[in-house]
Amino acid sequence: MVQALNSALDVMMERDPDVLAFGQDVGYFGGVFRVTDGLQAKHGAKRCFDTPISEAGIVSTAIGMGVYGLRPVAEIQFADYILPAYDQLVSEAARIRYRSGGDFWVPITVRTPYGGGIFGGQTHSQSPEAVFTHVTGLKTVIPSNPYDAKGLLIASIEDDDPVIFMEPKRLYNGPFDGNHGKALSSWGQHPAGEVPDGYYNVPLGKAAVAREGADVTVICYGTMVHVSLAAAEESGVDAEVIDLRSLVPLDIDTIEASVKKTGRCVIVHEASRFSGFGAELSALVQERCFFHLKSPIERVTGWDTPYPHAFEWDYFPGPARVTKALLRTMENN
Amino acid sequence: MAAKDGGLSLHIPAPKARPGETPDFSHIVIPPAGETPRPAIDTAPAEMRDLAYGLIRVLDDEGTAVGPWALKLEPDVLRRALRAMMLTRVFDNRMFAAHRQGKVTFFIKSTGEEAIGVAQSMVLRKGDMNFPSYRTTSFLMEREYPLLDMFNQNLATADDPLQGRQLPILYSAKAYGFYTLSGNVGSRFHHAVGWAMASAYRGDTKIALACIGDGTTAENEFHTALTFATVYRAPVILTVTNNQWAISSFQGIAGGESTTFAARGVGYGLPALRVDGNDFLAVYAATQWAAERARANLGATVIEMVSYRAEGHSTSDDPTRYRPIDEATHWPLGDPIERLKGHLTKLGEWSDERHEQLYAELTDTITEVYRQADAVGALGVSKPPVGEMFENLFATPDWRLLEQRKELGV
Repeated sequence: MVQALNSALDVMMERDPDVLAFGQDVGYFGGVFRVTDGLQAKHGAKRCFDTPISEAGIVSTAIGMGVYGLRPVAEIQFADYILPAYDQLVSEAARIRYRSGGDFWVPITVRTPYGGGIFGGQTHSQSPEAVFTHVTGLKTVIPSNPYDAKGLLIASIEDDDPVIFMEPKRLYNGPFDGNHGKALSSWGQHPAGEVPDGYYNVPLGKAAVAREGADVTVICYGTMVHVSLAAAEESGVDAEVIDLRSLVPLDIDTIEASVKKTGRCVIVHEASRFSGFGAELSALVQERCFFHLKSPIERVTGWDTPYPHAFEWDYFPGPARVTKALLRTMENN
Repeated sequence: MAAKDGGLSLHIPAPKARPGETPDFSHIVIPPAGETPRPAIDTAPAEMRDLAYGLIRVLDDEGTAVGPWALKLEPDVLRRALRAMMLTRVFDNRMFAAHRQGKVTFFIKSTGEEAIGVAQSMVLRKGDMNFPSYRTTSFLMEREYPLLDMFNQNLATADDPLQGRQLPILYSAKAYGFYTLSGNVGSRFHHAVGWAMASAYRGDTKIALACIGDGTTAENEFHTALTFATVYRAPVILTVTNNQWAISSFQGIAGGESTTFAARGVGYGLPALRVDGNDFLAVYAATQWAAERARANLGATVIEMVSYRAEGHSTSDDPTRYRPIDEATHWPLGDPIERLKGHLTKLGEWSDERHEQLYAELTDTITEVYRQADAVGALGVSKPPVGEMFENLFATPDWRLLEQRKELGV
């Protein structure tokens, strides 16, 4: 996935001189996760450069550049550290088009790795997507595989509105289904690990059906797509797994059609539960599919605590917990 | 509370005079006009540090322009500046009255600070961008932004150019080089740096100017802006208007007791000028100097404009509760309109009669345009179509907005 993201940036910098990338350690070094590796050498220091350690400053710079007419891609090294930039995203980027009556707009992409499973403790593991999806005027995108990562990042860069692009860092170097005792696998063996060299995009607002099924709809994104697929196999439940790909805009049609077909719904995310994005999904499903539901909507999520270092696998919503939820929803006919 | 013997004591800054006391500006050191040297624009910042602690002044007490910062500005240019400053004041007074009449929810005057926006407008070129504060109305006045649009925005009429989405005074006017304002202070200051970096990235010639108040220099963005501006040598002018008051907090609460706001720039390695902000000629010359530096690819300049907020913070504020009622009349740098008037008169290019005549003419204009806007229907008598509430959030609205708009029936 790292190479796919790198390729997306490379392709867009090649195609459009207004695209540039910056952030902490992004330039010469190529980023702590290597996503911008080689871009400075290839495209020059003006187009891929290091910034001071200031998330608010990085995003402010991107906004000013975006208003000028560039399409900057800013990196926030960990999603856990994005909060100093929160005011800039919420009070500025998200509202500039609106409050200026369309006079100014902010075509920026803010990339940031999120999620656990890497023993990062409570400051390198969080999933703060809900604090962005709640903000009107921001788009929030989360890929689950290399093919989508490249296509969605290209679509985000081409988008004329601010996009928070969250990268599931546990998937950077291979798929991960939550069975942490298993040997690591690489994207090489995965069908979505095949990434075309050149330009393509995956449009924002279109979910993917990662697994077709008849009995229960699982709504998930990022790392949890792989966890949910594993749970479908382990549980023996014929689950339809929907990979949202973008949370805003949300593909409500795909969700609605699937839940109306299966009559059951399990929502899975790694972020803590209370007021998480699952709460919104649950409300939407209830509002639109209530009379098709055969059992209560289930949520499988991280616990309502910080992400604890030593209890990583007790916190991480793995396939065993998703399996239990799937089996519970099947108890009601 | 007295400190215990040998114990520590906490310092809480306080202004020299509170209501009922005699205004005291003895702490403001005012060098004679014309004394401050004007270095070449490519002088190393380290060799210009004194400028951050002095005060660049051009107009002396007799209204004569003196010293190295006195530029040769044509009388027509000066009259144009005076007109824009006066228009701003007449406009502000009309809007304040409109608030008292219940025609507008809120308003902010620029009284006492009009010279700054006018000079900035004259120095910036077409294509440059000002990232203003909400006391920068005179910039738009100098650029002849349509008065009717301005009134329509403030009165939130059906013809509001911002479609009823913004509080009064929070204009946006890209075509006039005026960036979108917002009520949260400071958060656009750094955008000017990003914008200027983009101009440099593209190899263009445009420069940016950012405005912030003394109180807001405590905000994060002021410091990130100075850091990024110095790191990337951004072609931007970073202006602090020190008008002595942030609502009820005097400038000592923002750190102005121990040093100057211009001196903030010194710590970042930037050239920093401290300027008499009520002296139009000094403001113009300093801004021009900074613009020349920016255009010559020499990077950013910090300018502190020393001024005085002669009225309350806004219509919601009552300054008599925290400062002497007559403090404005004791402000040692005078009033910017009176000072420019005095200069033009001294040059033989202006007179009391012409001044009164212009004032009457501007008052008539403002009265007439206000009447037109009011006829459209102020504050709910008319308003933009409610459907505008759902427009311009994204380039293309998503299903939520379409559904909610339908639910509201607009």
